Amino acid sequence: MASVTATAPTSTPFSRYMARKRVQRAYMWNEMKKHKTLYLFLAPYAILFTVFVVAPVGVSIFFSFTYFNVLEAPRFIGFQNYLNLFLADDVFLIAIRNTLILALITGPVGYIFAFLFAWFINELPRYLRAFVTLVFYAPTIAGAAFLIWSLIFSGDAFGYLNAFLMQFGIINEPVLWLSNPQFMMPVIIVVVLWMSLGAGFLAFIAGLSTIDESLYEAGLMDGVKNRWQELWFITLPNMQGMLMFGAVMAIMASFAVGEVTQGLAGFPSTDYAVHTVVNHLVDYGAIRFEMGYASAIATILFLAMIYTKSLVGKFIMKIGR
Amino acid sequence: MAIATRKGNFGVQKTRKKRSSAVLRPNRSRSGDVFIWFMLAIFGFFFAFPLIFAINNAFKPLNELFLFPPRLFVINPTLNNLQDLFIIMSRSWVTFSRYVFNTVFITAAGTIGHLLVASMGAYAVSKYEFPGSKMFFNLVIITLMFSGFVTAIPNFLVLAGLGWIDTYWAVIIPHFAFPMGFFLMKQFIDTVPQSLIESAKIDGAKEWMIYTRIVIPLIKPAMLTGMIFSVQALWNNPQANLIYTEQLKTLPFALSQIVGSPHTPNIARAGVGAAVTLVMMVVPITLFVVAQSNILKTMANSGIKE
Repeated sequence: MASVTATAPTSTPFSRYMARKRVQRAYMWNEMKKHKTLYLFLAPYAILFTVFVVAPVGVSIFFSFTYFNVLEAPRFIGFQNYLNLFLADDVFLIAIRNTLILALITGPVGYIFAFLFAWFINELPRYLRAFVTLVFYAPTIAGAAFLIWSLIFSGDAFGYLNAFLMQFGIINEPVLWLSNPQFMMPVIIVVVLWMSLGAGFLAFIAGLSTIDESLYEAGLMDGVKNRWQELWFITLPNMQGMLMFGAVMAIMASFAVGEVTQGLAGFPSTDYAVHTVVNHLVDYGAIRFEMGYASAIATILFLAMIYTKSLVGKFIMKIGR
Repeated sequence: MAIATRKGNFGVQKTRKKRSSAVLRPNRSRSGDVFIWFMLAIFGFFFAFPLIFAINNAFKPLNELFLFPPRLFVINPTLNNLQDLFIIMSRSWVTFSRYVFNTVFITAAGTIGHLLVASMGAYAVSKYEFPGSKMFFNLVIITLMFSGFVTAIPNFLVLAGLGWIDTYWAVIIPHFAFPMGFFLMKQFIDTVPQSLIESAKIDGAKEWMIYTRIVIPLIKPAMLTGMIFSVQALWNNPQANLIYTEQLKTLPFALSQIVGSPHTPNIARAGVGAAVTLVMMVVPITLFVVAQSNILKTMANSGIKE
């Protein structure tokens, strides 16, 4: 009896699998043909996106396994770049430590600030909202204006903070805010937080203003007593998309701190006190032209961000449940 | 009948009206309002202070810039710094207006192209499910986290291969693929009711018609938001490595030449430096103010809910 089933070709597990695949593929092809206009809609963006965003990341990961100095063809060296980073490069370990400190403080704090301020602003009378939004968002949109902090934290007596503290007799001589390793990290954290109300903040404001008013009325019927309960049971669960977006933005901003440290504390900063992974990447990519090594740094940064994002994503999905 | 009921319920109506004018929603406490105003005031000061300082610096004469103790507000406002900036600029080999044109052209072309290309793609991904659509969108979300450092090296190689290095296109075309705008528009188009699109289809509208006549008017807020992020990214972008012909260079690059690098500032031109900060800051902030009122307006008008 067994030989009968074996000779019937349509009923072996493998052929059944193939048949199922064939049906699936035919279905897929039909679906694709049915939606061919949509592929045309997506094509311009998809092509540019692939060429200028996705492919470069792949190429960058490939370079991370090579020795590449732009002039010669890349030479495959396996995991050597990664081994060097973790075993032979002391500055990289300092950079990782600094980046983690910055990310763990400015990421969550900046994110919570962005939401709280957006929520507070939404509670204001309508005519004030636009103005207050501008006050909070201006630092982010003003771009390189963060350099004004170098005047405020300037190390001489003309520095705004120094002069202020000296006038009130709190300190007797100017503090080197931007070149004394003791103060550099706190100063950078303050400036990064000042600039942290970015795209996420605007998304929160937009999201809050589009929540259906009838949900709040229903909540009132169900016994929501105060605005904090309203926030937790109605507002937050209805804003999960915006919250996730804000989180992605916060992760990006807090892991990619580099411009601010370079602009305020210089490059390299004293004792590498605020040297971040991005600073290290720029050092090897734009100054030493060790592209393979720089690509390995970029890849590590990228993986850290993706991991953090999936972690935060799981947390956000639990809100209000 | 109506008059009678109104008269009969007069007392109830009155108290209800009074309450709704006193607080925004019923479950709001006075102390909570005070707390919110207090927090916003304190942090508002922290956020506004450096920018007020920067604006004032641009109008300070040189002796006030190096005053001890330094003052926040300017005493004798002067336009000398701005004048100096324009004099230096007009004496330069490439005229100031050329740098302005380059920046404006790159910003405008990049933004318009980005909004068009991204909104088309976002419409397809948002309103239909077809093989690859979900995967594509997930890819876009992941790339939101890229900060440009990861893609810089391969991008240069691609642009060099296309022969676009040292043209405007080296900056403009890659910007079309800016993931943020695509993401925002997809999220907004999700809120456009499916029923609206179905009914248009029953009336015989083709995809292009639905996109131009229904989707675009409804996603104006997202378009404006996308525009702001796009302008922000392009306006401050010096792109010194992609464009090296002086006549094609942008404003941020030209200005950085005058002021010196951030860490080795040109002390003699401290006043001009403050003016530069002001000039670079004014355009994106003004644009934001203009677009922001538009966002609020379109939000209020596009009140279709599912």
